[in-house]
Amino acid sequence: MALLEVIDVSKIFPGVRALDQVSFTLQPGEVHALVGENGAGKSTLIKVLTGVYQPDGGDVRYLDQPVQFGTPMDAQRAGISTIYQEVNLVPLMSVAQNLFLGREPRRFGLIDRGRMEHQARAILTDYGVSADVRRPLGTLALGAQQMVALARAVMIDAKVVIMDEPTSSLEPREVQTLFGVIRDLHSRGIGIIYVSHRLDELYQICDAVTILRDGKLVHTGRLADLERIRLVSLMLGRDMAEVRREGATAFSGAATGDVEATPVLRVRELNSRHKLHDVTFDVRPGEVVGLGGLLGAGRSETIKAIGGAYHLDSGDIQVDGKDLRKPTPVRAVRFGVAVQPEDRKAEGIIPGLSVRENIALAVLPRLSRFGFVSDRKVDEVVDRYMKRLQIKASGPDQVVGDLSGGNQQKVLLARLLATGPKVLLLDEPTRGIDVGAKAEVQSLIDELAAEGLGVVLVSSDAEELVEGSDRVVVLRDGVVVGTLTGAQVTTEDLMSTIATEATREH
Amino acid sequence: MSTETVTARPVVDGARLRAWLPRYGVYAAIVLLVVYNIFFTPYFATWSNLRIQLIQVAPIVIVALGMALVIGTEGIDLSVGSVMALAAAFIPLYLGYGVVAAILVALLAGVAVGLINGVLVARVGLQPIVATLALFVGGRGLAVVISEGKLVDIRNADFLYLGSGDLFGIPVLVWIAALMVLIVAFVVRRTVFGRRLLAIGGNRPAAELAGLPVKRVLITVYVVCSVLASIAGLLSVARIQSSDASSVGLLIELSAITAVVVGGTPLTGGKVRVLGTVAGALLMQLVIATMIKHNLQPSTTEMVQAVIILIAVYVARERKTR
Repeated sequence: MALLEVIDVSKIFPGVRALDQVSFTLQPGEVHALVGENGAGKSTLIKVLTGVYQPDGGDVRYLDQPVQFGTPMDAQRAGISTIYQEVNLVPLMSVAQNLFLGREPRRFGLIDRGRMEHQARAILTDYGVSADVRRPLGTLALGAQQMVALARAVMIDAKVVIMDEPTSSLEPREVQTLFGVIRDLHSRGIGIIYVSHRLDELYQICDAVTILRDGKLVHTGRLADLERIRLVSLMLGRDMAEVRREGATAFSGAATGDVEATPVLRVRELNSRHKLHDVTFDVRPGEVVGLGGLLGAGRSETIKAIGGAYHLDSGDIQVDGKDLRKPTPVRAVRFGVAVQPEDRKAEGIIPGLSVRENIALAVLPRLSRFGFVSDRKVDEVVDRYMKRLQIKASGPDQVVGDLSGGNQQKVLLARLLATGPKVLLLDEPTRGIDVGAKAEVQSLIDELAAEGLGVVLVSSDAEELVEGSDRVVVLRDGVVVGTLTGAQVTTEDLMSTIATEATREH
Repeated sequence: MSTETVTARPVVDGARLRAWLPRYGVYAAIVLLVVYNIFFTPYFATWSNLRIQLIQVAPIVIVALGMALVIGTEGIDLSVGSVMALAAAFIPLYLGYGVVAAILVALLAGVAVGLINGVLVARVGLQPIVATLALFVGGRGLAVVISEGKLVDIRNADFLYLGSGDLFGIPVLVWIAALMVLIVAFVVRRTVFGRRLLAIGGNRPAAELAGLPVKRVLITVYVVCSVLASIAGLLSVARIQSSDASSVGLLIELSAITAVVVGGTPLTGGKVRVLGTVAGALLMQLVIATMIKHNLQPSTTEMVQAVIILIAVYVARERKTR
């Protein structure tokens, strides 16, 4: 008897098929990996299973009964518990209170605090949490909080536990404790849906795997039967033959970097707790260096850290031979580093301001005198970049929020270029923009490199990465696991490097 | 996408009306009210009445200008009334050293409060409403302590000129308020500071990543707001010819916020309507004046004000479609 069955479930948002007839089955006592890149539909599927979203088509069967959870509370009562990346408990209440919230042991109608704390201590010992259960939950380490959430989920008679990237903030020791708990749940017949991008973990504890891409099911089956390289290519790749036919990108493919030149960007041993471990690479003028890897491998973190917008514990960054110590965004811009963040809307454009204001924003001091902005100088700059990037707007005064995604991205790039950078760090420059704009942005990257800029390119689109980059530095779990150069810069090599087993040197 | 959501009847173009109302609604309301008053309120269209109205609204306009800047950064400043009280408390203490010295001390008090607010918001990372609540409470307390809780009459003629004198037939107070309006409008439109302020209010993470000195701009905004409030404070003292720290600027933060909101500046930041703010203050002043002239209870006036605020917020509400 299957524990949970998803049959042909679809979910449609305006303009997007987030889930397109996805099916999979969870057996009792099974640890089922759910994998896929950004936008593959994992979170949508989880939200359908937990009653946050209602499916637009298809059935969900639970314990052989068709079910339709109206709210997350319904799903929880039925025995489907979810542990999110961000712990969803009450940080200011004590550990014990969190554990028993809503089901406190009572005596004479009052909460029996002594018994509650005693029980909490006993339960949490099994989860490797030895902290004082009277302390507020928020004072515990994130890993310990996650264990409390897990213990709580299991306590409320969960039959299905969904874990969304549970190890992303855990220490290696805590990961082992978590795996111990998972094995215990497994032996008790509880079904687990395990979302993670860490392949080593998946192969350690998962029995089955379901792979989603662009809202569609691309594979489901036993994990042991699936080679790593195959798993990675299913997650990332389209069919190679199909790609060649279509001619995937607008990159010229000609190598532009001068191998002899001194690097314009030198990155040495960047470390950030849990996220980056000794990340080291160079970018020479005119070179496009791709950062490869799966989601959560540390690509965006690396880029943001260089741009001063992500915390670093240690590491050295040199731009054009000068030490960029303690980078902050202000200092990074001054050193000639320009960062195009992954999330254009949240961190890139300023939607309420005009194209003009957005482009000029970062260089206002240069376009003004004694603090007074010179309209003439602003117009010159704005005009130059609107032409160069072929920004399609009704005029420089149009509000950026009203433009298409592709044009918003161009406005953002125009702002970066206006600062006259030496190094351009691009995080998913073509995500969510239409095909035409995509080709334009890709050719622009080529052009800029040809003009002597050092470019770092992050893209989840394997073809874009391979065709756009002269070299690809491959990251996994925050560690550089390989560099592809010359003839190695192919999607096949990229995937096999991502898929190689970790040797855990750190 | 957003245009499809508005299905207007053929007579009125709903979408256009909705775009027009938050921007020009306040001016239309003023025109309506003025026309009504000209016909139905005796002695409304007289020079002396206009004079009184302008003198009364001037301090509110000055405070509201600073408030508009703070709101443009997605913040709020509750301490403006207390800053006025502090300025009022310092004036009689330092008038002995001359008018200029007294004014400088009052302005310095504003700078100090603004720095505290700005540092709490920008560096410590407190919510603006909490950060400025501290000095909303503490500032007036301090002002009462400084003035020893006494009402002090001011007799320095030079200083009183600011509050009751005329220049070219128009009260000095009104000239000063108009000057402030011009300066703030210029700052918002034409200076690096003004543009950065709007960018920070529009999308703070983006502004940070673009390399803008976000903290410095935020601190400056709070300082400017407080300095404007202290100017309003000393002008109020000059107008009523006495300093009473326990009553100067009482509840003015609410009038200022009302003026800003009614004037069409969104509380979500990224936009500052300077002229709208002035119009918002004028509208509220007109409403109160009209009510008083028609012998309505103050409580009725307050309820009407509440309705106007609700309408303004409703009209300006963000479309959630994007």
